[in-house]
Amino acid sequence: MAIEALLEKWQGKINSVTIGATAAEGGTRTHTVTVGGQTALPFLFKEGALPNKPVIAFEIWDCAPDDWPPELATVYRADWSHPLEWAARCVKEYKAGLLSVRLQGLHPDCGNKKPEEAAEFVRALLKKTGVPLIITGCGDDDKDNIALPLCSEAAKGQRCLFGSALQDNYKTLTAAVLADGHSLIAESPIDINIAKQLNILISDMGLSPARLVINPTIGPLGYGLEYAYSIMERCRLAALAGDTMVAMPFICFVGQESWKIKEARASIREFPQWGPEKERGIIWEAMTAAALIQAGADILVMRHPVAAQKVREYIDSLCS
Amino acid sequence: MALSGLDIYKLLPKTNCKACGFPTCLAFAMQLAKKAVSIDACPSVSKETKAALEAAAQPPIRLVSVGRPEKPLDMGNETVLFRHEEKFRNPCGLGFVIDDSLSDDEITVRVQKINQLKFERVGQELQVNAVAVKQTGNAERFVEAVRLVGARTQLAIVLMSQDAQALAGALPLLKDTKPVVFSVTGASVDSLLPAIAPFKPAVVVSASDLQGVAALTQQLTRQGIQDILLDTGAKPCAQKLWDLTQIRRLALRKSERSLGFPSIVVVDEQDPAAEALQAATYILKYAGLVLVRSIENWQSYALLTLRQNIYSDPQKPLQIEPKLYEIGTVTRESPVLVTTNFSLSYYTVLGEVEASKIPVYILSVDTEGMSVLTAWAAEKFTPERITQTLQKMAVRDKAQKSALVIPGYVAVMSGDLEDQSKWDIIVGPKEASGIPAFLKTLGHGKANR
Repeated sequence: MAIEALLEKWQGKINSVTIGATAAEGGTRTHTVTVGGQTALPFLFKEGALPNKPVIAFEIWDCAPDDWPPELATVYRADWSHPLEWAARCVKEYKAGLLSVRLQGLHPDCGNKKPEEAAEFVRALLKKTGVPLIITGCGDDDKDNIALPLCSEAAKGQRCLFGSALQDNYKTLTAAVLADGHSLIAESPIDINIAKQLNILISDMGLSPARLVINPTIGPLGYGLEYAYSIMERCRLAALAGDTMVAMPFICFVGQESWKIKEARASIREFPQWGPEKERGIIWEAMTAAALIQAGADILVMRHPVAAQKVREYIDSLCS
Repeated sequence: MALSGLDIYKLLPKTNCKACGFPTCLAFAMQLAKKAVSIDACPSVSKETKAALEAAAQPPIRLVSVGRPEKPLDMGNETVLFRHEEKFRNPCGLGFVIDDSLSDDEITVRVQKINQLKFERVGQELQVNAVAVKQTGNAERFVEAVRLVGARTQLAIVLMSQDAQALAGALPLLKDTKPVVFSVTGASVDSLLPAIAPFKPAVVVSASDLQGVAALTQQLTRQGIQDILLDTGAKPCAQKLWDLTQIRRLALRKSERSLGFPSIVVVDEQDPAAEALQAATYILKYAGLVLVRSIENWQSYALLTLRQNIYSDPQKPLQIEPKLYEIGTVTRESPVLVTTNFSLSYYTVLGEVEASKIPVYILSVDTEGMSVLTAWAAEKFTPERITQTLQKMAVRDKAQKSALVIPGYVAVMSGDLEDQSKWDIIVGPKEASGIPAFLKTLGHGKANR
């Protein structure tokens, strides 16, 4: 008896989202980055269209991070007091095609910059590099609600991806990106129902679902990775089955979560059995990314250049 | 695929002879469907019916156990494609390839290193599972290498050879374990089987496509060999992913018996990080056993952690017993750190407390295995629950002069908790990583009240 492949026939399609606008499109970016557009599960090429590879965005801050571990400090410290140089180095040295800037300097505990300063930084960053930008706030809702609209305006027409809209704080940012032609990250706490609900609320304000990206919130390897993994699988299956309100690409803040935890930070002296911390931290970030890619991640926001390079090679090997 | 009572009834003699102890064949069929009785109770059942019932009772993906009987590596018996549908059952094995071209000393060192790839995480011991010896030259050397490895490890052994003479020499050395022979192909099956079958190893079948794999498993099962692993050969990662997905899908959704076995994958990558990422892919997507070359601790630790994550039960988070734990030499003044009974929460707190070397009590509250924030949102980690737990565990009897430290993420409950419990409440750090520094300041009486 012949064995015939069992093919899924999906009805749905993940939205394509393009980040960045070139001069021809009214912006100043040297190129654009498009994610999404899938009609099949990750890397099952025989089953549908997978037009865009997952992409890596390098995470930078507008101020010197105070909680990045020694291994990351070794790599970046020289440029930490000059975030624009930090950004330029990611592009030039590490071939970043996408930058994700966190405006942490706004935070009352991290410098408490004025909203206008953050907007000024965004303007300067757009001048400094030509890559498309993801721009996220500092996490302090009050501060972000004042600053992010100014930043959105400063980047008007550049088709950035702004974040993050939350279930209890989405209106201000949605209105801003709607006015300035950007896309939006909708963040939900590892919960498919909240993810969908938030997408509906945002769409109801007039922002097209095709301009939304889901941040499902992730846990790193060993610390709840499996929850995000399964939520993303469920979400992607629902989208391919035809639910358009979850048919958005995923963004995963892999670096931020991976480098928080002990396995990525503790020295080999403390834990001889775990092996050298450099390789361990890098593989922790890279494997977290790889696992989420298998669950459907489209944008991986990463920190360590070697981890990013390993994941880039991994993606290329899957797409070759 | 399980048969219904009516399906079974159609296969019975329908004589209502009552010899089985039931009034009618239909009643007997209903009991058979519930697996409450054995078909052997029917005196006049046909051979065909018996075979059909036995086939229907088999799991769609066979459970294959290899290695030492006291510590087997169980593979297969999987029932879903996505872990949220139920759970993944038998954690994918991780093994290491050793070439027989290495010197005896090199082999010994490698095996010893592999034996020590054990890690403790969230209260569970994580360990690698197999050592694969690969033939690169003559049969004598292979047998010698297998002898070396076999004497030095309790892990399952994979014999990577297609040489009948080498396998016939190696298999008798492994009598107290069930090894895996990697592999037989369409070309070698007829010459290899007579040499290996008497030793009853698990057998890998290798072919480049599913058709070829299925033909081989059918041939093997006809000859009474059931413990089979599937291999579709060396291929780019995405093609491998496709094969593994198809095998799992066809076995589960089409009840394709000829593919109803665990899969084995050999990763062929020079760079240890690239190798680890590929191995991770196969752990996530449907392999029963993955073989790699690199024996770095960081690589194994990451892969085993991934396996632990993915094979955890989505419906039942890992939990610990909710109670008062004493860490170090506690006194009546040692602080009480309150957390949930979700294993990850508890062990993360424990790790930091141990690192600080400061004695504390950890009070694990029954949150039904939810983490701090989830439990708080679901009202399983409330001032009421914490107060009840304090009383039930008689915490005051031990920690007579202590303060209660709550996770920073639930700072909002401190007032209510203070009122209800009558304990002094101190808000601790949000992340466990802040605990050592926090405990030090607490010791100096500087913490914020």
